[in-house]
Amino acid sequence: MEFDLSEADLAFRRDKRAWIRANLPADIAERGRRGFHATRSDVEIWTRLLNAQGWAAPAWPAEYGGTAWTPLQRYLFQLELRAAGAPVQDQSAMELVGPVLYTFGSDAQKRAYLPKILNAETFWCQGFSEPNAGSDLASLRTRAVLDGDCYVVTGQKTWTSDAQRADMMFALVRTDPEARPQAGISFLLIDMQAPGVRVRPIYTIDEGRSVNEVFLDDVRVPCKNLVGEANKGWSYAKFLLTNERAMSAETAHTRADLSSLKRFAAEKLADPLFAAKVSRLEIDLMALEYAVLRVISAEAAAQDAVASVLKLRGAELRQRVAELAVEALGAAGLAVNPDPTGHDATDHPAPRPPVPAYAHGWLARAMFRRATTIYGGSNEIQRNIIAKAVLGL
Amino acid sequence: MDFDFSDVQQSLQDSVKRFCEREYPFEKRQALLRTEAGFDRAHWATFAELGWLGAGLAEEVGGFGGGPIENAIILEQLARALVVAPFLSSAVIATQAIARLALPEQRDKLLSPLLDGTSIAALAHGETAQHAFAPDLAAKATKTKAGYRLDGRKVFVLGGQAADVFLVSARDGAGESLFAVPAHTPGVERVNYHAVDGRRVSDLTLRGVEVEASALIGAGGDAADAIDYALDYGVIGLCAEAVGAMDAALWITRDYLKTRKQFGVTLNTFQALQHRMADMLVETELARSMLYRGIAALALENVLERRRGVSAAKAQIGEAGFFVGAQAVQLHGGIGVTEEYIVGHYLKRLALVRGLFGSSDQHLARFAECAAGRNEEEAAGLRDFRPAPGLRRRRTRRR
Repeated sequence: MEFDLSEADLAFRRDKRAWIRANLPADIAERGRRGFHATRSDVEIWTRLLNAQGWAAPAWPAEYGGTAWTPLQRYLFQLELRAAGAPVQDQSAMELVGPVLYTFGSDAQKRAYLPKILNAETFWCQGFSEPNAGSDLASLRTRAVLDGDCYVVTGQKTWTSDAQRADMMFALVRTDPEARPQAGISFLLIDMQAPGVRVRPIYTIDEGRSVNEVFLDDVRVPCKNLVGEANKGWSYAKFLLTNERAMSAETAHTRADLSSLKRFAAEKLADPLFAAKVSRLEIDLMALEYAVLRVISAEAAAQDAVASVLKLRGAELRQRVAELAVEALGAAGLAVNPDPTGHDATDHPAPRPPVPAYAHGWLARAMFRRATTIYGGSNEIQRNIIAKAVLGL
Repeated sequence: MDFDFSDVQQSLQDSVKRFCEREYPFEKRQALLRTEAGFDRAHWATFAELGWLGAGLAEEVGGFGGGPIENAIILEQLARALVVAPFLSSAVIATQAIARLALPEQRDKLLSPLLDGTSIAALAHGETAQHAFAPDLAAKATKTKAGYRLDGRKVFVLGGQAADVFLVSARDGAGESLFAVPAHTPGVERVNYHAVDGRRVSDLTLRGVEVEASALIGAGGDAADAIDYALDYGVIGLCAEAVGAMDAALWITRDYLKTRKQFGVTLNTFQALQHRMADMLVETELARSMLYRGIAALALENVLERRRGVSAAKAQIGEAGFFVGAQAVQLHGGIGVTEEYIVGHYLKRLALVRGLFGSSDQHLARFAECAAGRNEEEAAGLRDFRPAPGLRRRRTRRR
């Protein structure tokens, strides 16, 4: 056992920090630190800068354009990115569909999609949830029927993050209505510009737009866009969701949020009752960070037991840090404070309130993050998983 | 970074497990606790033989080259079996205090009898039930012709009943000193009692206790930092005990839910109980993660960073441990609160962990104090799990 970083890892961290500081455009970093949603153009600029270094998707295998970094080094890189205010890249592409494509996709699919993901030329969204298939995903009803060299897809997807900016959707569709729920599902890649695809915004309680409904009416999807085998989509989705759960502790985000909270709330921290809440949060975060390190350092015994723990507690801490920030801001934390870029605004934008710049975005985050304990498998689902898979209850 | 045991660590864990299975089944333990000593000195000889008493001590000071990880491995297993022996008080706290403070020429004489098991030591430091850190000592040492005279009162001396020698802290001129006082020295009055988990503790009254000059450990007046350091070791040792007790209580409760039937079904079919168990597992896994972080903090040379990490671990694990212990009792129902059944005894161990060496709130406050004035920009993220450049590991005490 060795609970410290090696000199090599420390040097890695210093190098990456220096590079990010030297290369992240100041206006993008400023928007990131203020908690704006990253615009597509910010993500494009930043992803391409990273891609020129070969760092756009560090977790991918080197043969597909990833790095040979260790999981710990990738985590250190994440910490540095979030601390610097770098825009979050297209996670649906980098962390979800990318690994599915290089693991299960055809050579043609790998060639067609992976380089464009790395260079932020194609943005993706995930078409999994439906109005009647949320936590119970396997009950999804969107149909895909073979017609010549195409699947004809009809149905409705919902809670689709970033559909408004996406070029492609990876979707779970039912290709065998007779099979038991998990067995008749396939994994399709759908062009968002195809006729019959319609995106409708869902405005969320943060008064922003990041999720959508996607209606699919007789959308013709070429058979070459089927990933892997027909009716095997559920196993690819499970593979993807496991990746989603492992990364979902989001400790790098919470660490960055906590640092900015401590910066702007220095005065408020003189109140011992408030300071105790912040300390309590920081201590919980320290425990979670070490749980993440146990998982990424591949302690064999930790893998199963901890993946759901990471999601569950990680989601709670993201909520708590935003709530404490709102509390620290006092009345300024209660003022609706729309994104000044107008990006992702609702259809009924509020006027900008005369509050300090550091107040920006916290109320919206505190509201939106009620979703962190719901998406990606709600905390109740995580408890079910722990009870069944880990405790054998 | 590596969270897997080395071969040596694995065999240490196996050896403690085997001892517990052989010598410490629950019924035997209960019988042992009803004896006056509440502890079997023959076990201590076995600990010495197996090398556990020096397992957490660096080679430079006469140990076997291990550190807090080895201590944690032993304590976690001992806590699983609810072992009541003065391991934490003698082999961890007293041993670390001496190793940190003793002059090189004093060290061997003080440590050898502890490592070979012929002597058991206990740190006698706290003076009131409320003290947590760095108490303003009332006990005093007065220089005499032959050595020192000690007067004062010490409370809740962990492992006091079994101790052959007390390490007594006392005000000595401007500073604090630590004295090795044989337990039977005239003027030492010891009142033994039981702590919540069956551990034997003592209150001491020292009235005109005469000791030789050689009883002074260290150069004199310089003991405060070493005591603080040894107690930080003790806090992390308690955290290791908590993780062992939590894990054991969790799985015993799991097994109970799968066998106990009510309403015609086993209890594990109720989702409310499944989710409670899931929460217990969450707390246990995070407590284990925090234990590793606390162990890493012990190696930090920067005292504030060390204390900050240790207090974070205590505040988190103390509360998490009590939660898991209390829920284990709750999920068992009536049997959980009986003396004859094991699960309540884990709760008692976890109650001791939460309350000893500073409450959760006191550690939360110490955490915040130590954090004040940190360079958060520099610390963001990384220093929270590793010494920043310039903070090197402290392997031996500088003198």
